[in-house]
Amino acid sequence: MNTVGGDERLRLKPHPSPLTRFARWFGRNGTFARGVHPESHKSTAATPIRRMPFAPRMTLPLAQHIGKPAVPTVAVGQEVVRGQPIARAEGFLSVPIHAPVDGVVEAIGLRPSARGPWTESIVIRTFEASTQEVGWAEPRDMDTLSPAEILQAIQDTGMVGLGGAAFPSHAKLSVPKDKPIHTLVVNGCECEPYLTCDHRMMLEYGDDLMQGIRHAMRAIGAKKAVIGIEDNKPDAVESLRARLPPGGDIEVVAVKTKYPQGAEKMLVKAALGLEVPAGGLPSAVGVVVNNVGTLAQLGSLLPRGIGMTERVVTVTGPGIKRPGDYWVPIGTPLKHVLDWAGAEDVTEREIILGGPMMGQAIASLDVSVTKGVSGILVFDRLNIEAEANRKTYPCIKCGECLKACPMGLNPSMLGMLAGRREYDAMGSQYHLGDCFECGCCTYVCPSHIPLVQQFRAAKSVLRDRAS
Amino acid sequence: MTKSNFQLELRTSPHVKRGVSVERIMLHVVLALLPVAAFSVFQYGLSALALLLTTTATCLLAERGINRMAGRESTLGDWSAAITGLLLGLTLPPSFPLWMAAVAGLAAIGLGKALFGGIGFNVFNPALVGRAFVQAAFPVAITTWVPAFSAERFMGFIPTTFTAPLMTPPDITAWAKQAVDGFTGATPLARWKFETYFTPAQDFISGAATASAGESTAVLILLGGLYLAARRFLDWRIPVAVLGSAALVAWAFQLYDPARYPEPLFVILSGGLMLGAVFMATDMATSPVTPKGVWIYGALIGVVTVMIRYFGGLTEGVMYAILIGNACVPLIDQYTQPRVFGAQRGKA
Repeated sequence: MNTVGGDERLRLKPHPSPLTRFARWFGRNGTFARGVHPESHKSTAATPIRRMPFAPRMTLPLAQHIGKPAVPTVAVGQEVVRGQPIARAEGFLSVPIHAPVDGVVEAIGLRPSARGPWTESIVIRTFEASTQEVGWAEPRDMDTLSPAEILQAIQDTGMVGLGGAAFPSHAKLSVPKDKPIHTLVVNGCECEPYLTCDHRMMLEYGDDLMQGIRHAMRAIGAKKAVIGIEDNKPDAVESLRARLPPGGDIEVVAVKTKYPQGAEKMLVKAALGLEVPAGGLPSAVGVVVNNVGTLAQLGSLLPRGIGMTERVVTVTGPGIKRPGDYWVPIGTPLKHVLDWAGAEDVTEREIILGGPMMGQAIASLDVSVTKGVSGILVFDRLNIEAEANRKTYPCIKCGECLKACPMGLNPSMLGMLAGRREYDAMGSQYHLGDCFECGCCTYVCPSHIPLVQQFRAAKSVLRDRAS
Repeated sequence: MTKSNFQLELRTSPHVKRGVSVERIMLHVVLALLPVAAFSVFQYGLSALALLLTTTATCLLAERGINRMAGRESTLGDWSAAITGLLLGLTLPPSFPLWMAAVAGLAAIGLGKALFGGIGFNVFNPALVGRAFVQAAFPVAITTWVPAFSAERFMGFIPTTFTAPLMTPPDITAWAKQAVDGFTGATPLARWKFETYFTPAQDFISGAATASAGESTAVLILLGGLYLAARRFLDWRIPVAVLGSAALVAWAFQLYDPARYPEPLFVILSGGLMLGAVFMATDMATSPVTPKGVWIYGALIGVVTVMIRYFGGLTEGVMYAILIGNACVPLIDQYTQPRVFGAQRGKA
């Protein structure tokens, strides 16, 4: 698998020599300052993506992206075919939702979701004869479309950022006219431990990815694209390099394996050496960042003119018997996924949507896989006990959090202020607003102080006060 | 909701941790100190053993007693009181009477730590607070030195060790002279200050130099420090800054007057500088948190140490230098806040 040849070998070694590391540190090339190195646990990377059968019932929350919830366009009792739009976008910052199966709309109402116990959702009962065939498509010639038309086409697919943010893709690619974009940065870092869905997408859907990159470059008017991949995935780097189109405007860069390398600002720094201003977006330095999974799916969906009905999800963790990457139809109940992947028969578990560093623990097995779910991670009793037995000490001022924070904040000080409820000082003097909640500080803290958790609470207090 | 008998654990991210805890860091510091303590016992015999046991036991008892009085659960499990006790013993002269050592232990935990609110809240290094207390209270006993490697060290105790509580220890000048031939009763720093005698560097490595219980074992101290630094249980920048700045200042003075001032190697090996730089200046709670701040803090300690030694009334200045450094930590932290990613240089 690791068919890395010639002088590339030096660049791609997971553990580069001290000299290489010094050179990188000195030039800050291929990496960013600080960060942490959690154990990767990416055992599912070697197995091809498998398909998961349809569940008898699909639950699709109308709000599974950032922005306004979609509006249902179907009625209860109506029959739908796979790929048919069942809810339309409400305004610009919103995306439509497509039926993941052939079936009949059983209900439109409140159902549990990862966002809360009661979320407005469309429930579809799957026909037993439902197949993988997509019955709703409007093929189009991508080359004839203008940038604005491409953006509209992207919105029509219902695509959102598949890295976990679930931000509507067309909105992300719509950049203000006064900020010309020179480079599209394609995020193939997948720095979260356990997750391998992006890795497998890069290996298996490389050509679709190249197509997707082309469309996105045209949409934003970028002359260049850089695919950033952590150097613990040399096979993905090699495979994509072999697929690069002639012309040299798309490039693959192996960046250092370090969490949170996949954070936009960190990747832009590592891949291009550009520092996005505090409080700003990558477009401030002429860059737009997109996830590899998003672009690979777009590359396949756009020319065929079909909507997004499924995604690749990494199902893994100590509590799973058949871990792997699966194509999971959007709306599949978690229980169905866990049954299929073989959840260990344990009475206590922790189920996390996303990766272990930033993912969200869920309270019910009735929630369904939505567009933003990159992984389903199941921990068993051992992990839970290890967490529960940790004793919290006062801050001993070891400074580890300062050496971990990728944003250059002072989590030690912020934590102390949070303890005293001095939220205003946290925001005005210690740059709480720049914290993107990667969790590095909590990860390293030997006193087991829930730092990032306190910061989330402080941010929400400040938000409440502002409004 | 599903009707099932299992429980779902709910926690917010991150769901994994590095697995380094306060008690693990502290335990490794204790382990790194053990070779130094063992060599001290090898040098000074039963009296050193009794001294180290006394300071450690008093610190542990004080911590436990204060916790009980305050109605808190025991904090002995975090090993920090053990470090304080061990370090305190290593900074005292081997002949130090045990009852005075117990006073030092009580002062270290009581005044140096518990008064501020316990682990993490103390401003000054507790071991040094204890030592400063007895330096003021018992100025003679804390400058009474005995020779290392006396032939009888494992047969009996130094006469002063078992001084009755609240009593003045007996004069042991005669005892020390007969224990090891040619013993002068002065530390290398005092001999340099008052006689301009330069003790050779190998005396500090071999442990032959007159010193406190754990101060003349530079190699073992350095090894312990290297181990802790390699495991990231200690910030290597601090000892490097302390020793580097002290050596630099000493080098400048030596250039100015080689006959009067010792060479940099003597300065960093003599007295308590090595022990202080590696094990005491690096105390996490009393050193800066900012990466830039630790350099300033370390350099301050190194420079102040040399200044006290060269121009002060005392022969040794490490203890006060570290305490002064500790006192400056909040100020240093304030002015060395890290630069926020994406902020313009010089602004944030």
